[in-house]
Parts: sequence; structure tokens; C-alpha cells
Amino acid sequence: MKKTHASSTRRRLLSAAATAAVVPLALTACGGGSTASDGGEVETLTVLDYYNNEPEKTLWQDALEACGTEVGVTIERETMPGADLIQKVLQRASSNTLPDVLMLDNPDVQEIAQTGGLTPLSQYGVDTSGFADGILEAASYEGEVYGLGPVVNTLGLFYNVEMLDEAGIEPPKTWEELKAAAAQLTEGDRYGVGFSAVATYEGAWQFLPFMWTNGADETDLTSPEAAEALKLWVDLVESGSASESVLNWSQADVKDQFVAGNLAMMVNGPWQIPALEESDVEYASVQVPVNEEGATPVAPLGGEVWTVPNTGDEAKQAKAAEFVECISNDENQMAIATATYKVPTRTDLIDDYVAEVPSMEAFAEQVRNARSRTGQLGTDWPETATDIYTGIQLALTGQAEPEEAFEQAGQG
Amino acid sequence: MSVIQEHINGVSPPAAAGGTEPPARRKRLRRDDVVKFMFIVPAAIYVVLFFGYPVVKNIVMGFQDYTTQTFFTGEAPWVGLTNYVTAMSSQLFVPALWNTAVFTFGSIAGQFAIGLALAVFFHRKFPLSNFLRAILLLPWLLPLIVASATWRSIMDLDGGVLNRALGAVGLDAIPWLTNPDYALLAVILVNIWVGIPFNVTILYGGLQEIPEEQYEAAALDGATGWKAFWHITLPNLKGVISVVLVLGVVYTLKVIDIILGLTNGGPANATQTIAIRSYQSSFVDFEFGVGAAFSNVLILISLVFALVYLRTTRRPAN
Repeated sequence: MKKTHASSTRRRLLSAAATAAVVPLALTACGGGSTASDGGEVETLTVLDYYNNEPEKTLWQDALEACGTEVGVTIERETMPGADLIQKVLQRASSNTLPDVLMLDNPDVQEIAQTGGLTPLSQYGVDTSGFADGILEAASYEGEVYGLGPVVNTLGLFYNVEMLDEAGIEPPKTWEELKAAAAQLTEGDRYGVGFSAVATYEGAWQFLPFMWTNGADETDLTSPEAAEALKLWVDLVESGSASESVLNWSQADVKDQFVAGNLAMMVNGPWQIPALEESDVEYASVQVPVNEEGATPVAPLGGEVWTVPNTGDEAKQAKAAEFVECISNDENQMAIATATYKVPTRTDLIDDYVAEVPSMEAFAEQVRNARSRTGQLGTDWPETATDIYTGIQLALTGQAEPEEAFEQAGQG
Repeated sequence: MSVIQEHINGVSPPAAAGGTEPPARRKRLRRDDVVKFMFIVPAAIYVVLFFGYPVVKNIVMGFQDYTTQTFFTGEAPWVGLTNYVTAMSSQLFVPALWNTAVFTFGSIAGQFAIGLALAVFFHRKFPLSNFLRAILLLPWLLPLIVASATWRSIMDLDGGVLNRALGAVGLDAIPWLTNPDYALLAVILVNIWVGIPFNVTILYGGLQEIPEEQYEAAALDGATGWKAFWHITLPNLKGVISVVLVLGVVYTLKVIDIILGLTNGGPANATQTIAIRSYQSSFVDFEFGVGAAFSNVLILISLVFALVYLRTTRRPAN
């Protein structure tokens, strides 16, 4: 009798334990409802961006909060590493938890806009006049502007003033001068010039100023003009004026090599200036050298824009549009441009900006003629960018002649 | 699963008794079954959610035009075998398959040989042997992205420690990561370094199980050193070795972080593997369907080795 009783108690305990093990699973499945407000007063806006490193993080926090105060909302901001942003956006899109304000790198805007995940700014009466064409082009999809940004960046040629002075060389303006200067500046462990030809979009981005300035176009990579530009890079590496390591250097690596004194010149962007300021290197910058004297340098336009995702909450979306407009107003443009060494997107501010930050003159000039990467190809850009960096790698490793490299890459 | 099944059958009373039993007892038995079932439920839910769902989803995605748009609209049109055709007709498919094979077998051979040698070495007790064995685990504890960034600077062409060391002994610098002829080798070397702790740990565990008497008896018959290794150590380790090798193959097939960190699949696609193709199709080109097709190919290859693993670890039935 006693034994039966004990075993039934045991069984009851076991069944309770099994139930307890299942319950939490059921509960978690019910969690995570939506938190959309139903019209009425908008009190908060959620913001997602990738300015996750200092000093940019704090700087943007201040700017975002100021605009929050101006439009009368509190800001709930989330930052994440740049490489994870798109994955995060897709994930949140499928779970209907997109932020009210979303920052995107400009070449990604069309990809996300075509999904219907963003709302056109014209819907809220946002005024987009006065902005540089390139940035509007990048942020547009099928004739509608989806994002605005206060600042843009581009590429230029940085040089080590001391090394050039020592060799008695003027900063190069043309490809010929670049080759000659790089050869002359190469000695011992030091290379004349460095750039990034890495197998990522960074490599493609760095090649664009050379390709575009020479009159080549991303719609036809097999043109002789594209091959000539590639030939320049191949010559620089084959002659030893640039290291073979460019194949594996990101732009940050190129900057590190420049700071370490291993490079006399480098192709890089103004976002590296804060790091250069911290180093002992005396540097200056000019526009990317052009194919022949008098040619107009055409560089790619970089930078992020702020968009209003389609969250379904119209009151919040309208508020978010107001907020996006505020981020890109004149005052913010000047403040952010000055603090982060980027160029204002309103062309009428550029002169004032250069007066305030003279070291940015070359980049500011470059921005006037800069082109967006997605302006022509739109959502086909990623595929072409892959062909560009693959072609560069094929040519620099000697697996293909510059004339055939892009064609070979395109077959991939 | 089969163990649980057996257990349930074993405990349950014979089914034939059901009809003749008093109703009260039958009821209690049913409750018994429910309780038993409840114990399986958590494991079953876990397996279905975290193993079943992703695999099924991945197979389904392979037949869909799954793009960034799908995440917003939920629409992914069926495209039949188009993704597989795209994946396999790409010029990179065969080289990537070949690289996957070379990478996997190269890594496993290196990891296993060095792992076994170190395991045998540490099997002898000597001062600090435990401490040194613990140090060996270090590569395992380091996040792979940190490890690959460190190796990238070690293998740098001009300033890397490795080439400086080669230079110091009068050898030429080797373009580890920038020459298509060396890049795959460099990536394999780093992956060997990553895999050694796993091999040492499991093989060392296997060595501990071998009875000391066998060595003593063999020593009396004059079998020591290599002879003892061939005739005692290896035969006794057979089971452990097959587990290490098969798991190693499955782990190595899917490596992407080390390759992405070191070369990004370059230079000139020299280190493209099927896993890298899958990653890049999905997260660089945003063609998730094609990415799924690549990874299904990988799953299929893994499955073959997983079956081998199941066969080798299955206890002989009576």
C-alpha cells in the first residue's frame, strides 16, 4: 500500500516537472506583440543607425536629440556595426518592427526602396531643393526621393608633406605624374602610393574615380576606358610603386600604412582625417589625379541618408519626416560637416564650409562633380560592383590582362 | 530517440492486456503515457524549432525567388530549379567545389596529424604538462573574427611577423594572402591552427581510456615506441578517431568566418568555397534563393559524412 502511494506521488511530481518544462516555451511564443500607437500625439521616435564608434556616436546623439527637441519628441536610438545594418533591416521588416527613422548607406537606398519598405518624402511635403544632385540621385527610386542626408564624402589623394618635400615633388595631378611621383617616392620599406583593391565593395569604390574620370561607365565595363584605368593600377603594382598587399587592404588598412610611414601617398576619404589628426604625420590632400591635364575629376559620392520606413503608423511617419528634414537643415549640415570632416549636401553651403575648414577644399571641390554609384544601375549596382572588384583582382594577380579582366569577371 | 522509444515499450504493460483490464486501471495507464509523452515534448519542440524549421526553410528557399523584397511583402515566387541552375552554371561553382575539398581535407589532415601527435605527447606526465595542455586550448577560446584579424596582420606581405621571420633566416617573403597560388594554403594553415585544440582534446580523452596494462604487457613482449603506437594506441583509438574525423569534416565544410576575415574569398577568387559562395550570394548580392541553393549543396555533402558518423557510432545491435 505504502509503496503504491509513494509511486503515485512520484508520478504526480514527474508530470508537474514535465508540464513546467513545456510552459515557458508556450509563453515565449505568445510574447512580443506590436507597440504601434493609434494616431494621437506622437511622443517618441525610434531611430536606427550605424554610427557606433566614437566620436561620431556621441556627436550624432547630440544632433539627433536636438532635432528631437525641435520637433517635440524623445528619441530612442539604436546603433549597430555598419556591416550588420542591412541584415537587421530585413529581419525587422519581416517582423514588422522597423524603426520610425532609419539611416541607410546611400547605395542601399534603392535596394530597400524597391521593396516598398520606405516611404517617399514628397508624401510629407519635404522640400528637397538645394541638395547636390548626386545625393538626391542616390536616394531616389523611380523618380521619388526617399532619403536626405546632411553630409557626404568622397575620395581624394592624401600625401605625406614631409616625404614629398624631401623628394622635391609636387602633389601629382595626372596619372603620368602619379606614376612618376610614386616611383620616385618608393624606397626601402616605403611604397610611393597605396589604395584599396580588396575583394569587397571598398575595392570597387576606390576604383571608381579612376574609371569615371577616364570616361568609362559602369553600364559597360568592357570599354577600353575602363581597361586603361585598370592598367594604371596594374602598372603601379607591377612597377613596385604600390604593394601587392593592396589586394587585401581595406581602406582602414591603407590609412594605417600611411600613418605608419609605409606609404607616401594614399587614395582615401576624409572620414580618415580624425585618425590622421591624432597621428604625427603631416598630411595634406588633393583631388584624385586625372587621366590627362585639364580633365574633370569625377569621384563617387559616399555618405548616409535618413529615411522614413513604412511602419503603417501615419502620425509617426509624418513626425519622422519632419525629423529627417531637421537633421539636414543648414545649421545641422554645417555643424556635422565641420565636426566630422565631411562636405555639406546643400551646394550653397560649400563655400562657407571651405572658408571654415580650409583643409577640406580638395574634397569639397570633388563633391561638386561627384556621382552616385546607383544613379545609373539602381538595384543592379551590387552585381556590377562585384564584377569591378573581381576584375581588379584578376588583373592585379596577373590572371587576366587589364583588357580582358572585367569581361572575365562578368562571366562569374 | 530510439532509446526513449525502447524505454517506453519496456515499461508499458503488454498491449494485449488492454481489453481485459478494469476501466480504472486503463485510465491510469493512459495518464502514464501522457506523462511520458510530456518528457519528450521539450526535446521534440527544440529539435523541430531549431533544426527542422531552418533545414526545411532552407530547402524551400532554394526553390524560390527570395530577395530583399520578400522580407517586406512576404512574397517569394516559386522558380523551380532556377536557383540551382544559377548556382551550378556559375563559373565559380567548380573552382569553389574544388577549393572546398582541398580546404576540408587539407585542414583535417593537418589538424588530425598535429592533434594526435600532441595528444600522445601530453599523455606522458611531465612537469607543467597540464598547464601546457590548457594553453593549447587558447585558439579555441579566441573569437574567430579576432583570430583571423590577427593572422591577417601576421601574414601581411611587407610588415607581417611571418615574412619578417622568414627574412631573418634568409628566405624570401611569401605573398601569403595576396597571391592566388598561396592564399588557399594560408587559409588552410590558419584553420589547422584553429582546429588543433578540438583534435587534441578528444584524442587525449581517448588515450586516457586505453588500459595501461596493455602497454605493460606489450613492453614485456618487446613492443615499445612506434610498435606500441601502431598495435595498441591506434587500434584502441579507432572509435574516437572516426568521430574526430567525421565531426572535423562537417565543421570544416561550413567554415566562413576565417576565410572572410583573411581574404574575403580573394585574391581573384582563389579562396572561394561553397560556404563563401552561399554567404556572398545571400548577404552581398541579396539573392537569398541562390544562397540557399549553395548551402543546400553543402548540407547534402555534410549529410553524407553525418551518415558515416551515425554508422560508426552506432552500437552493435544484439
